Amino acid sequence: MTLLIGSIQLGLLYAVMALGVYITFRILNLPDLTVDGSFSLGMACAAWVTLSGHPVLALFAAGFAGALAGCVTALLQTKFRIHPILSGILVMTGLYTVNLGIMGGKSNLSLVGGSTIFSLIEGLVPGSGGKTLLSLILCSLMILLLGVAFKTRTGLAIRATGDNEEMVRSSSINADIPKFIGLAMGNACVALSGALICHYQMFSDVSSGSGMVVIGLASVIIGEAIFGRRSVTVGLLSAAVGSVAYRIIIAFALKIDLFPAYALKLISAVIVVVALSLPSIKAGFKQRKMRREATNQSEL
Amino acid sequence: MLELIKISKTFNPGTVNEKRALNKVSLHLDPGDFVTIIGSNGAGKSTLFNAICGSFYIDSGSILLGKRNITAMPDYKRAYDIGRLMQDPMKGTAPSMTIEENLALAYTRKASRSLFALNKTDSEYFRELLASLDLGLEDRMKTKVGNLSGGQRQAVTLLMCTIAEPKLLLLDEHTAALDPATQQKILKITMDIVSEARITTMMITHDIKTALLLGNRTIMMDEGEIILDIKGEERKGMTVEELLTYYSKERKKQLLDDRILLA
Ligand SMILES: Nc1ncnc2c1ncn2[C@@H]1O[C@H](COP(=O)(O)OP(=O)(O)OP(=O)(O)O)[C@@H](O)[C@H]1O
Ligand SMILES: [Mg+2]
Repeated sequence: MTLLIGSIQLGLLYAVMALGVYITFRILNLPDLTVDGSFSLGMACAAWVTLSGHPVLALFAAGFAGALAGCVTALLQTKFRIHPILSGILVMTGLYTVNLGIMGGKSNLSLVGGSTIFSLIEGLVPGSGGKTLLSLILCSLMILLLGVAFKTRTGLAIRATGDNEEMVRSSSINADIPKFIGLAMGNACVALSGALICHYQMFSDVSSGSGMVVIGLASVIIGEAIFGRRSVTVGLLSAAVGSVAYRIIIAFALKIDLFPAYALKLISAVIVVVALSLPSIKAGFKQRKMRREATNQSEL
Repeated sequence: MLELIKISKTFNPGTVNEKRALNKVSLHLDPGDFVTIIGSNGAGKSTLFNAICGSFYIDSGSILLGKRNITAMPDYKRAYDIGRLMQDPMKGTAPSMTIEENLALAYTRKASRSLFALNKTDSEYFRELLASLDLGLEDRMKTKVGNLSGGQRQAVTLLMCTIAEPKLLLLDEHTAALDPATQQKILKITMDIVSEARITTMMITHDIKTALLLGNRTIMMDEGEIILDIKGEERKGMTVEELLTYYSKERKKQLLDDRILLA
């Protein structure tokens, strides 16, 4: 039971990251690899601000820093015309140094003894119920906020840019602007998630962002397997549910010693590969079946 | 309305692939003009539209729209006053968004400021516009555009191009990818919209008969130049055969194009 509750809590906190990945990968249709860097960035910022005594401000600082990182990636992609994948990798690499700098040159920082948003809520609602409640509230709030944001004119322009950039330009909208806003939103979510995880586990580690893109994608894909690909609001919700499902699956697989803890990233990668290759594998099977039927018929 | 002054464009200059696609083209359009453009493949018709829209910057010359010099203006700013329809029905719409959302995006530039993209007043307006197409699309506003047929998509794109009352409408073989019956329908819708809003229009077509029938002026392009520009009585008396003869005499070659021969 504690295992289940723990993975639901983690799932809800990581869900915010999955929302960010959903925005860049699915809505904006951009393979944004900044995510790995901006997750650690969120952690580092949160740790720093929290240690100076402002745990709630820490979340906003992290989100703001993430948005900034997204803007840098957008700048490289649009104004400097660097390939989207490379733009993300460049920013992610640069952020490694930035993150170390924020943490004062140390590769990890402990928050033990300080107050976090979770220690604050435990003062109000004792037990693990408070943590679950807070995670749920924060995650739902983000879904709601983003759901509304994508119904605004700017939100519509972001969606259209991911769908058909040419059409956005011919509607007299500078398509670079939706890209900036979308990448900022996505990375703000990712960094916020990093901040939440930092508070949850009471420490910040500079390398904990590595592989986040793949975990985020895996969550999005699991969510789509459950809900199908529908409207944006359903998509956001399904990314969050996917994240929780992912954490539960992983927790139980680890529990029954299905694989060692260090296999996590490989498993995530395999989930994404299988999900992405499924359509072409299916098509291949269908074709082979059709060919077999065709030869059978010609033999008759 | 539109004034092109000696515009030129050379692709891949200084390489073996150097191609002079526009050669000092000058053209003046009056408000309300409907110009049809003909010419063989590679004549530079689409390149002329690209130059006007700002898909690339021209090498020399200048482009004036209304009273404004738009030569150095980026494409999305020009799009405020220029609507453009391509041959490919897939190009003008966002497939995973609904009809309503597509129209709302296109309407952004002229709509009254509102936070949300979809609202009652605009939706009513979109419904009216869709109803005027007479394709039954007004009852399918929540359908994703990707699920529409090519003709339906092109009709929606036509609305999107004209919804913001552009000063200039550019139609680049916008019916060529459709079947003959749908072609006629889209052409009729085009003429209705254009004549109602009196939008200055340029239309590229490979069908010379249509080119002489529609609009008030016809120009013929070849090798990046305008080689014929007719209107009024001269145009009224012109036949398809005469045009073809003029072309082969002028350019010392046949206007060889299967689409034209079929027409
Ligand atoms: N982006 C480009 N780069 C290089 N060459 C180009 C480019 N665009 C057009 N051209 C060349 O310019 C010439 C004119 O092309 P354009 O597309 O304007 O012809 P068109 O009159 O529209 O022909 P069609 O009837 O086949 O559409 C062609 O020789 C073409 O190869
Ligand atoms: Mg063309």
